[in-house]
Amino acid sequence: MNARSDPTRFDASRRDFLRASATLGAGLVIAFVVPGAMRRAWAQQGAGAAKPLPAPNAFLHVGTDDAVTVQLAHSEMGQGIWTVLPMLVAEELGCDWTRIRAQHAPAAPVYAHTVFGLQMTGGSTTTWSEFDRYRQVGALARTLLVQAAAQRWGVKLSACTVENGVVRAGTRSARFGELAEAAAKLPTPSTVALKPRKDWKLLGKATRRIDTPEKITGRARFGIDALPEGVLVALVARSPTFGGTVKSYDDKAARAVPGVRDVVQVPSGIAVLGDHFWAAKQGRDALKIEWDAGKNGDIDSDALMAHYRELAQQPGTPVTAAGDAAGALATATQRVVAQYELPYLAHATMEPMNCTVRLADDRCDIWVGTQAQGLDQPNAARAAGLAPEQVFIHTLFLGGGFGRRANPHSDFVVEAVHVAKAAKQPVKVVWTREDDMRGGWYRPMFLHRFEAALDAEGTPTAWRNVIVGQSILAGTPFAASVKNGVDNASVEGAGDSPYLKAIASHAVELHSPEVGVPVQWWRSVGHTHTAFAVESFVDELAHAAGWDPLAYRRKLLADAGATRRLGVLNKAAAAFGWDRPLPEGRGKGIAVHESFGSFVAQAVEASVVDGKPRVHRVVCAVDCGTALNPETVRAQMEGGIVFGLSAALYGAIALKDGKVQQGNFDTYPVLRIDAMPKIEVHIVDSGEKLGGIGEPGTPPIAPALCNALFAATGKRVRALPIDLAKAEAPAPLTPPAPAASAGAA
Amino acid sequence: MQLTVNGQTHTVDVPADMPLLWVLRDVLHLTGTKFGCGMAQCGACTVHLDGAPIRSCVTPVSAAGGHAVTTIEGLSADGTHPLQRAWTELDVVQCGYCQSGQIMSAAALLKQHPNPSDADIDAAMRGNICRCGTYQRIRAAIHRAADLAGG
Repeated sequence: MNARSDPTRFDASRRDFLRASATLGAGLVIAFVVPGAMRRAWAQQGAGAAKPLPAPNAFLHVGTDDAVTVQLAHSEMGQGIWTVLPMLVAEELGCDWTRIRAQHAPAAPVYAHTVFGLQMTGGSTTTWSEFDRYRQVGALARTLLVQAAAQRWGVKLSACTVENGVVRAGTRSARFGELAEAAAKLPTPSTVALKPRKDWKLLGKATRRIDTPEKITGRARFGIDALPEGVLVALVARSPTFGGTVKSYDDKAARAVPGVRDVVQVPSGIAVLGDHFWAAKQGRDALKIEWDAGKNGDIDSDALMAHYRELAQQPGTPVTAAGDAAGALATATQRVVAQYELPYLAHATMEPMNCTVRLADDRCDIWVGTQAQGLDQPNAARAAGLAPEQVFIHTLFLGGGFGRRANPHSDFVVEAVHVAKAAKQPVKVVWTREDDMRGGWYRPMFLHRFEAALDAEGTPTAWRNVIVGQSILAGTPFAASVKNGVDNASVEGAGDSPYLKAIASHAVELHSPEVGVPVQWWRSVGHTHTAFAVESFVDELAHAAGWDPLAYRRKLLADAGATRRLGVLNKAAAAFGWDRPLPEGRGKGIAVHESFGSFVAQAVEASVVDGKPRVHRVVCAVDCGTALNPETVRAQMEGGIVFGLSAALYGAIALKDGKVQQGNFDTYPVLRIDAMPKIEVHIVDSGEKLGGIGEPGTPPIAPALCNALFAATGKRVRALPIDLAKAEAPAPLTPPAPAASAGAA
Repeated sequence: MQLTVNGQTHTVDVPADMPLLWVLRDVLHLTGTKFGCGMAQCGACTVHLDGAPIRSCVTPVSAAGGHAVTTIEGLSADGTHPLQRAWTELDVVQCGYCQSGQIMSAAALLKQHPNPSDADIDAAMRGNICRCGTYQRIRAAIHRAADLAGG
C-alpha cells in the first residue's frame, strides 16, 4: 500500500505526469501516461498489439472559462465519491467550489485502482485509496497556475496566494481560466507539497453532494437511460436453474408480436429484441423454450442448510488457532454452545441490471452502470473478439451497486455483447426485476457454530467457531488470494475477531462447500454474517455469565487492547443513554464491528408489535479515521443501517428444485419508510488511518437488533431473517461435552 | 393516440395496453421516470395523472389519454419546486434512481396535505422503495418543503 505511505510528497517525474491536450477543450489538463508495464499487460490480454491510448486520460481539466472538471476513476453508485474526489482536488487546487464538475472517466489502465491494480469501485476503498492521487492532481494544477501568474507578473512564487479560483499577488489578480493556457505550457514540477490537515478549508467540512441537481430533476443518466442511435431493447429468457441450457425453442409467436424485431440465441438463453421494452417483454413471454435443467436442477436451500448443520459438526480447514481449544472446551466447567444461520441474499439494486452495446468491426461501445470497468473491458473484448483497447466503456450513474455491479465474469455486460453480436444491431439488454432477483450472484448462505468455555467470572477461556458457506472468490480471477483453503471473504470479521486476542485457546475453522448457486460480494461481504454471528454469540456469553452486554464487551475489548472499538462502543452507548430505563416492552441491544478499516458501534431500541419486530431508534458511532465529508459519512451510515435492517427483517432467497422462489419486492420485501427508525450518527474523529464508509454501517445492525429483541422478549434470534415465532431460549451454561463431539483442528 | 405530457401533446403509435412507463421512457425518451419492479411495488415509476400519483409501470397508456401526465421533468421549470429545494438542502439523494418517484409521490402528498404529519408521510410514501436508505432524509425534506412552500 505505497499509496498510503507518503501522504505529503510525490515524485511527479517518476509517475510520468503528462500535460496533454484532450477532448475537453483549451486549458490546463493534468493527465498521467499509462505506464509501460500496464500497456504490456494490456496487450497480452487482447488480440492485437497495444495501440496508443484512444481515450483522454486526463484527471483534471481547468478550462479558460474557469470550469474545473474532475475525471473520476471510480463509479458513483450513491456512496458520494462524485463529491468527495472533487473535494480532494479542490482542497489543494483552491478553486471556486461552485465551478467544479465531475465525470466518470473512460476505461483505461491509467485509472486502475491504486491498490487493486485494475479499474474498479468496491471494498469501501475509493476515498482512502485516492486520498493522495487526487490531492496531488489538485496540487500540481495549482502549482502550474501559480507559476504562470508569477511569470506573467514578474513576481516570486511566494508572493502569490490562491483562493476561490483566483491567484493574487499584491494588487494584481487573475482567474484560473485566464492562466490555464499559459500554465499548460509550463514544464511539469517533479514534486508538489500537500497541505497539512490543519490548513484544510474544505476537507472535514460537511459538503453537499454535487450530483443532486441532476438527480432531482430527472436529468441524471443511469445505465438504463442510454439511448444510442437506433438501439433496440432486448430481454433475455434465461434458464430457470443455474447453468441450465436451451434444449429447443419456438419463437414463432414471439416474432409475431408487434414491435418485435428479432430473436437470437446467446450463451445465456434466448434474446428477444424489440422497438421498446414492452414489445421485447411481450415477445419474450410468447417464447416456448424447453430447458435442460443441468446439474443444479435439484438444489434446495432447506436441504442445503441441513447439510451445512452436519458439516458444522465436523472439523474444518483451520483459519486461525491458538492454545488448545478442543482440550479447554472438553474440560471446561461452564460451556455455551450456539449456532446461527443466514440465507442467500439478493442485492436488489433499485435499477435492475442492464447494459447497452454498439458493436462495429473494430470497436465496441458499452454504456453501463458498472463497478468494474477493469474487468468488463477485457471480458467484453473476449466476447466481441476485439482487443481491450477497442472496447470503450461509457460509465453512467449506477442505480445502486452494493457489489452486484462488480461481477468477476461481467455477466450482464458480456451477455449484452453476445446479443449485439448475434443480432448485428445496437442493443440495450434490460433485466426485469424478476430476472435480476433470480439471476444469481447472491450473498452466500452461511452457518456459524460456536462453543465457548467460561471461567468462574464468566470470561471466555476457550472459543471455537466453525463457519460453513460457499467461497465467493473460488472460480474468479481473484481465486489466487484463497490461501490454504481459506477465502478471507468467508471469514473476515470472525477469523480476525478482536475477542480472540483475549481468549488463550481459540480455533476458527471453515467449510467451503461447492454449490451451483452463483455467489458474490454483497455490501460488507463476509462481515454481513460474521458480525451477526460473533456479536450475537458474545451477547449470549454475557447473558450466560450474568453480565450487562455492554460491560461484558468493554471488558473483553479492553483485555484485547481494541482501543478504536472501545471508542465507538462507548460513544454509541453514551449517546444512546444505555443506563436510562426504556419504556415498558422495549429492549436495548448493542454491537460493535470493524470492517474495511472503519469501526462502527450501533445501539438499538426495539420492541415487538403484533408479533413482529419494530425498530424505534438506532444510535450509531463511527470511526473512519478522519471524516473527509462528514455529511457523506452520516448518509452512508444511515444507508448501511437500512440495508442491514432490510436483510435482518425480511431478506431471504430460497431455492426449490434449483429455482429461486422470490421474484419481486412482494416476495423479497425491503424496508419501507413506515418501518424506518430514527437514526442518529456520531462521528468519532480519531485521526487514525482512513477507513471506508460505504459498507461498515451494515454489519452491526442485525446483531444489535437481535440483541435488543432478546432484551425485550428473552428469546434469542439465531436465524435470519428474523422470525420471532422461531426465536429460541437463551443458550444455557452446560457441562462439558463428551470428547467425541469436540472435534478441533 | 394523443398523450399530453408536461403540457406538450404527443401523437404516439403504440399498443393500448402498453404501460405508460415504457411510452414515456422508450418512445418519448423522457428517462427521468424509472423502471424498478413492473408491478407497482416500488414506486420508482411514479408520475401524476391530473395531479394524482400513479404507478406508470402498471397503467396502460390508454388510461392516460385525455388526461394531463406530469413527470419529474415537468415538476418545475428550473428545479426549484419546494421539494427539490428541500432535497438539495438536506442532501437527500444517494444513487438517485428512486428519487424521481419519491419526489413525485411527495409532491402529490403536499397538494393534499400542505403540512403533513409523519403518519401522513408514511402513508403516502410507503409505496416508494429506496435501497440506499434515504428515508429519514426524505421525511425531513418533506417537512422542510412544507415550510418552504408555506413561507
